[in-house]
Amino acid sequence: MLCQAFPEHSIEEMTVANAIVNVPASARRGEIIEIKAMVGHAMETGFRRTQLGQLIPRNIISQFVCTYNGVEIFRAELHSAIAANPLFSFTTIATESGTIAFRWTGDNGYSMTASAPITVV
Amino acid sequence: MTSRRDFLIAAGGLVGGLDLAAVSGQAHATPEAMQDAIQKVVGGAQVRRGRVKLDLPPLIDNGNAVALSVLVESPMTPADHVKAIHVFTEKNPQPYVVSAHLNPRSGRASMSTRVRLADTQAVIAIAELSDGSFWSDSKSVVVTLAACLEELA
Repeated sequence: MLCQAFPEHSIEEMTVANAIVNVPASARRGEIIEIKAMVGHAMETGFRRTQLGQLIPRNIISQFVCTYNGVEIFRAELHSAIAANPLFSFTTIATESGTIAFRWTGDNGYSMTASAPITVV
Repeated sequence: MTSRRDFLIAAGGLVGGLDLAAVSGQAHATPEAMQDAIQKVVGGAQVRRGRVKLDLPPLIDNGNAVALSVLVESPMTPADHVKAIHVFTEKNPQPYVVSAHLNPRSGRASMSTRVRLADTQAVIAIAELSDGSFWSDSKSVVVTLAACLEELA
């Protein structure tokens, strides 16, 4: 089945190299906070073909790790079935002020980082 | 200079090659492949229904980006928490979707992301608990426009 080009498959999107993270600026100690993290990536599945029948090689983000002052709080292994521009939303307990850091790694040596400060009162 | 005959032979070969490619490109995972993938993760343990709530729209217009969320009933204490949430599909080219690893600091056993769905099929979420038990929930979804496997360009 052939399908139309979708915005997430456009060349522009493939070259976008940025991450957007959403962490509450401040939280009460012990509060459960929601964290959202998205990164610009085409997530080429490796199952699509060009019009000439050539397989387009897989190029995906395979791992996402989130740390809170250096301690891992969330980790995910991604496969081709994750949509372009991977978005994850998850929770953590606000324990202390500091930095929440994000790291995405994948095919062809892909690596992207982002971080956000949090103040815990 | 290419003669008309040479051109036609070359063109025929190209079309034949395309047909073969199209046939082999249709290889999809099967429900059995999904069961194999699940067994690799659970390692022979029994997967029980319950505790897990998998949420995704029942009717999907565009399979390229489908919002999926998983919520597991758990106190999330060091003694009793969800270690991981695994998501599998029945008929995507691969059964694996995502494995998310949680810990007591998560506070709540929940996770959401966006997935690709290649066909009308069942999606299953499996929660791996700290006591070694596995719990699951599955949803059947109807996909109108499948996540594309081929490209026009």
